[in-house]
Amino acid sequence: MIISALLVALTTLGGSRDTIVVTPRSTVAAAIARAHAGDVIRVEPGTYAEPMIVVDKQVTLVGEGWPVLDGQSAHQIMSITADDVTVRGFVFRNVGTSFVEDRAALKVTKARGCTISDNRIERAFFGIYLAAASDCRITNNVITGAGASEAAAGNGIHLWTSNRIHIEGNRISGQRDGIYFEFVRESEVIGNTSEHNLRYGLHFMYSDDCRYVDNVFRANSAGVAVMMTKRVTMTGNHFESNWGSASYGLLLKEVYDVRLERNQFVRNTVGLLADGANRIVAEHNEFRRNGWAVKLLASTDEGHFRANNFIGNTFDVATNNRESSNELAGNYWDAYRGYDLDHNGVGDVPFHPVRLFSLLVQTNEPSLILLRSVFISLLDAAERAIPTLTPQALADRSPMMRPLP
Amino acid sequence: MKTIAKVMKYELSDVVRSRWLVAYTLFFVIVTDGLLRFSGASANAELGLLNVVLVVIPLVSVVFGTMHVYNAREFTELLLAQPIGRRQLFGGLYLGLAIPLSLGFAAGVGIPFALHGFDDPVQRRTLATLLGIGVVLTFSFTGVAFALALRLEDKAKGLAAAIAIWLVTTVLYDGLVLLLGAMFADYPLERPLIALMMLNPVDLGRVLMLLQLDVSALMGYTGASLKSFFGTSGGMLLAVGALLLWAALPPLAALRRFGRKDF
Repeated sequence: MIISALLVALTTLGGSRDTIVVTPRSTVAAAIARAHAGDVIRVEPGTYAEPMIVVDKQVTLVGEGWPVLDGQSAHQIMSITADDVTVRGFVFRNVGTSFVEDRAALKVTKARGCTISDNRIERAFFGIYLAAASDCRITNNVITGAGASEAAAGNGIHLWTSNRIHIEGNRISGQRDGIYFEFVRESEVIGNTSEHNLRYGLHFMYSDDCRYVDNVFRANSAGVAVMMTKRVTMTGNHFESNWGSASYGLLLKEVYDVRLERNQFVRNTVGLLADGANRIVAEHNEFRRNGWAVKLLASTDEGHFRANNFIGNTFDVATNNRESSNELAGNYWDAYRGYDLDHNGVGDVPFHPVRLFSLLVQTNEPSLILLRSVFISLLDAAERAIPTLTPQALADRSPMMRPLP
Repeated sequence: MKTIAKVMKYELSDVVRSRWLVAYTLFFVIVTDGLLRFSGASANAELGLLNVVLVVIPLVSVVFGTMHVYNAREFTELLLAQPIGRRQLFGGLYLGLAIPLSLGFAAGVGIPFALHGFDDPVQRRTLATLLGIGVVLTFSFTGVAFALALRLEDKAKGLAAAIAIWLVTTVLYDGLVLLLGAMFADYPLERPLIALMMLNPVDLGRVLMLLQLDVSALMGYTGASLKSFFGTSGGMLLAVGALLLWAALPPLAALRRFGRKDF
């Protein structure tokens, strides 16, 4: 009698699809136990501090007026193991750090077709954790970490061995890595904001054929890292304000076939750091006010940098390699001092973006103590007039006279 | 003290009359104003000013100072014939040049900043550091100028030596540091480099200023070790002490010379 009074079962027009309403005097778990595949479970406002909720049926969980699921800093909050589950409108709170297991506010294991949208996740160890999932949508969630130490924090959105996941419009901050991919295929990351995370804003490894569009990665302590991956497309992203002695906007390490288009690299210690990155195609990007705009370390080959803007960087391009198979063409360099006699908008003399000082610094880092010294300016000027030490191959033979739009 | 003030007053009227000082102040006004206008942000302007300060102040102080001592030779001899202590006379002559030069610089940089304002209050402190470094360099290199001009009777020689010292401190010294860094690349160089920076007021000023501006993050491990050194109160005290020592040592050497010199 009491249970039936608490759990009011309503028959919807669909007939077979029931809606079950849950109030704080009951539990979500009990509702799931009662539900059939295809049912909608509507959770009323209030705080639900119950043991881990296992969603093992194809249900739609909808929070009305932000009900709070509290993990009491002791356990995982929700585990989804069924296909086609939807979770919407909840506040997940207090997961608690564990050094033994990867506890998450919401974990999806071996399931497909899930939709996780419009949730708020606060003070979680891991936020949303997908393991062996596919065809899921993770949209418009706000994940706010406690911002403790790097070791005591988990990742905001963590994907492992998952395929075709669509991640859009989430805001993540204060976690270890904002978005973390390992063995993920053919997924899309669109319009997310990942900022003030303790390690990387976005970190992915062994994740081929993924697209990253219009995201903002800002003020993460190490920036964005891409490792051991093939065929990456990054378009219209902002890599901003990753400023610190070990920070970079975007790190590409052991990657193949990266397309970078219309991205903004603003105010990073190193805008783009490529280490063993092959066949980078970078077009229409803007590198503005970075320490180093682009650092190409040895074994970064066959990159093409075309039609990018380099404005106000301390060093435009640095490399530790005399030979280079990377091509620079048609970029705008604010440090370019050439002329354009035929007024076709393209400078008549090549631009060598690698300064002698940046080469010296690559081989002997402590000499950075001479940054902005008069002697260094003279040395650079002399090298620019008669280049002998800087790599001749790494030159833009068609530098633009005006910034590209 | 009264004697020093009196000599200074004559000095001051002499310095102002020569219009050098006005040109010097105007130079800083134009440069600072230009940088503020064209670089957009006051942090960038400060960074741009740094190079100007590190090159121009030593050059002007040492060259102008040397010429000034030679030109004031007869005036000095005349005053020495009067019942005035040599220390007082030197104090008047030296401060009568170093103080107006410092004020000229400070006004030249300060006025445009005061007019344009700051876009970040942190930059007030940076500007204060820049002004402090400029004043220390003025005192230091004016002292060097006095020491040189008192030692070398020949005007041409004195001027040549002044320019040589300027060249060594602002340019060649850094080349030497770079060479040493390359030669001993296999050793941990951070501490020795900090010591080398302390031995040259121009470099010390530059490093202190870079640490104030956030370009220090560029310096990676070197920057971090610099920050950890200068970030502690002991390290900062040492750096400020070294700067003050650099401001005091050359004039003291010149004073010693002045006390003994047979005019």
